[in-house]
Amino acid sequence: MRDPLRRATTIAVAASLVGVLALAGACASDSKKTSTAASTITLSVDDFGSFGYDALYKQYEAAHPNIKIVERNIATLSTYTPQLQQHIAAGAGAGDIVAIEEGIAVKFMAQPDKFVDLNQYGGAALQNNFLPWKWTQGHSADGSKLIGLGTDVGGLAMCYRKDLFAKAGLPTDRAAVGALWPTWDAYLKIGQQFKSKVPGNGFVDGATNLYNTILMQTAGQGQNYTYFDKSNNLVVDTNPAIKTAFDETVKMSQAGLSSKLQSFTDAWATGFKKGQFATIACPAWMLGLIQTDAGDAAAGKWDVASLPGGGGSWGGSFLAVPTQSQHPKEAAALAEFLSNPQGQIAAFKAKNNLPSSPEALSDPAVTGFQNTYFSNAPVGQIYASGATSLKPVYLGSLNQEVRTVVENDLLAIDTGQLTPAAGWTKAIADAKRAAATG
Amino acid sequence: MTLDLQTAARPKPAPARPPRGAWRNRLDAKASPYLYISPFYLLFLAFGLFPLGYTFWVSLHHWDILGNNHYTGLRNYQLLLTDPDFWNAVTNTVAMFVIATVPQLLGAMFLANALNRKLRAQTLFRMGVLAPMVTSVAAVGIVFSQLFGRDYGLINWLLHFAGVHNIDWQAHQWSQWTAISTMVDWRWTGYNTLIFLAGMQAIPRDLYEAAAIDGASRRVQFWRITVPSLRPTIIFTSIVSTIGGLQLFTEPLMFNQNLMQGGSLRQGQTVAMYMYESAFQRFQYGYGSAVAWMLFLLIIIIALINYLITRRLAGGRI
Repeated sequence: MRDPLRRATTIAVAASLVGVLALAGACASDSKKTSTAASTITLSVDDFGSFGYDALYKQYEAAHPNIKIVERNIATLSTYTPQLQQHIAAGAGAGDIVAIEEGIAVKFMAQPDKFVDLNQYGGAALQNNFLPWKWTQGHSADGSKLIGLGTDVGGLAMCYRKDLFAKAGLPTDRAAVGALWPTWDAYLKIGQQFKSKVPGNGFVDGATNLYNTILMQTAGQGQNYTYFDKSNNLVVDTNPAIKTAFDETVKMSQAGLSSKLQSFTDAWATGFKKGQFATIACPAWMLGLIQTDAGDAAAGKWDVASLPGGGGSWGGSFLAVPTQSQHPKEAAALAEFLSNPQGQIAAFKAKNNLPSSPEALSDPAVTGFQNTYFSNAPVGQIYASGATSLKPVYLGSLNQEVRTVVENDLLAIDTGQLTPAAGWTKAIADAKRAAATG
Repeated sequence: MTLDLQTAARPKPAPARPPRGAWRNRLDAKASPYLYISPFYLLFLAFGLFPLGYTFWVSLHHWDILGNNHYTGLRNYQLLLTDPDFWNAVTNTVAMFVIATVPQLLGAMFLANALNRKLRAQTLFRMGVLAPMVTSVAAVGIVFSQLFGRDYGLINWLLHFAGVHNIDWQAHQWSQWTAISTMVDWRWTGYNTLIFLAGMQAIPRDLYEAAAIDGASRRVQFWRITVPSLRPTIIFTSIVSTIGGLQLFTEPLMFNQNLMQGGSLRQGQTVAMYMYESAFQRFQYGYGSAVAWMLFLLIIIIALINYLITRRLAGGRI
C-alpha cells in the first residue's frame, strides 16, 4: 500500500486477471445454459446500507429452486457510488440488480443504454405499485424507458433521547416534544434550553445530517431542486433553499448545540452508543442504523417526534437491472418481487424503510407498526402520514459530488476551522469546481 | 538452456583450429550470467518499467473511465502546477515525512546503539523492536484512530491531566501531521533499528578499544566512530524512508475514516491519496497519472537532497 506505482501495476494485473476469469466464466455459463436449461442461476444484488431484504431472498429462493441470490452490500453510499459507476461504465462487474439511491439516480438514468428497459418484462403494468413521482423518477430522462423500480422514500422525522430530555427538564412524550418545535428557530431555542441544563451533551449530532435534512425539506416546499436546477445548471449560489439550510445549520453550530460529528463515521456511531447527543433528524431509513449503532443498551431510550418546519423526504432508492447482466429476465422478475407492495412492507418491517407504494403505505401492517426499540413509537403512522403528499426534489447528475464538498465546508465551520462567511464563500467555489471537474 | 549448449558441444573435442564449440563456450561464459539474472529484469521490465512508462504516456492524455482519450501534451502537468489541492497534498506529504522520519531515524540509531551493548535477553529485545512491523497497517490505523479520538480517545484523556482539553486530532493540519507521524514511527522505527544494528556490528571492535585507551568517552565514541562508520547504512535508511514516507497512503486514509480527501479541508491528504482520488474516484486517469509522475519526481529530488545531506553530515565528523 505504500507504493502507488506498484499498486497501479497490481491493479492492472488484477484487472486483466479478472477480465480473463470473467471471459472464462462467461463461456462456462453460456455452455451451461445451452446444455442444461434447469441449472441454477445465481443473481447478485448490489446494494448499500440496509435494504432489509434477507427474509425476502429466502422466500424467493424457496419459491424458485433454480435461483440463488447473492447480496453484495457496501456500508456507505459514498463508497458504493464510484464502484457502481466504474462497473456500469466498464460494462462488467455490476450485479444483476443494482440499487440506485435518489441522489445518484439522475446520473444513472441519464445512461439509459446501460440499463435494461423493464417495460420489456412487463414493467408498465407495475405503475400502480408506486407513488406517481417515484414512478416518474425511475424513468430515463425522455420518459421512454423504465429503468428503476422504486423501493423506499425517505420521510423525515426527528429522533430524540427521552432520558436526556428528562434530564434537561423537557417533556418526553412524543406529541409534546413535537409541539415544542413547530419551526427550526423554536428547535434552536429548545436546544439552548437543553444545553443550559445538560452542558455535557450535544443537542444535535453534527452539521451535515441537519443540513441535508433542512435542505431537502426546504427544497421540497419550494423550488423542488437543490444544487442543480431542472436544466442541470449549477445554482448553488442562487437557490435560496441552500442558503437557508446552510445558515440554519451554522446558527445551531454557533450556538454550541452540535456534537461536531460527521455522519456515517465511526465517531458518529460511537456517539450513538454513548448517548452523546439528544436529537438527530432521522429519515425513515435511518432508524435501522440508529438501532445498530446505539445497540441494545439504548433500547427504549430513543423516540420519534415530528420534524420542525413540516415534512419532507430525503433519500430512497430504486432497483435497476444493468444490460451487462447475464440473466436480465430473471433479474427483472426478482426486482419486481422485491419492490412490489408486499416486498416493500417486508423491508419496512425489517429496517423501517418507508414504502414508496401507496398500497403498502396504507396497509395496516405499515400504519399500525410500532417500533419497540424506539419506545413503541408508531413509526408507520409518523412517516407514512406525510408520504403520500411528498413532492419530489430534483437532484442533478453531479449532486453527490457537489454535496460532498459543501458538507466538508460545513464540517470545517462546525469544528471551528472556518468562519461561517469564509465557509460559505469556499463552499460556493468548491461546488463550482466539483461541478466543472466531476 | 546453457546445460544443453554444453552437452551439445562436448561430443566434438576441440581440434587445433578454434571450431564452433569454442565459440559456443565463449558465448556461454559471456551470456549465461546475464541469462541467470534475466528473470528479475524481465519481470521488472514487464511490471515495473512498462507501467512507469505507460503511466507517463497516459499522463499526456485526457483519459476517461471508458478508455476514451485524446492527446493533450503537458496540459495535465500545467493544470497540476496551479492546482491548490495538489500543493496542499505536497505540503502535507513533505511535512509528515519530515516530522516522521527525523525522529524515527534518530530514535532508531540510539536504540540500535543501546541494543549493541551486552544485554540480558538480547535476542528478545532485538526481535521485540520488530514486533510493530508484523502488525497490519490497517490494524495500526484503526487502533491509532481510536487512541487519537476526540471525545473518547486515550491520548486526549491523558492530555486532560495536563489541562489540555479535547483536541480534535482530525480537524487541524498540525494535529493530523502529529498523529499520522506517530503511527508511522511506531511501525517503522524498529525496522530501521535492526538495520542500524547490523551496520554497527560490522564496525571493528578494536576501533572502540583503541579509542577507550585514548580516553574517549562513550558519547565521543558514538559520534566519532559509530556514526561515521554507519555512513552507508544511514544513506540506505534515509533513502528507503524517503520512498516510503513520501508514498504515505494507508495511515492517513485510515485515520480519516477512509475519506480520500483526508479531512474536511484536506488537512491530511497526501500526494498518493490525491493521485487515487483523481484516478479512481473522479476517473481522470490522465490527471491521476500526472500526479503519480510528479510524486516520482518529488521522491527523486528529496532522495537526492537526503543523500547529499547525509553524506556531508556523516563524512564531516572524522
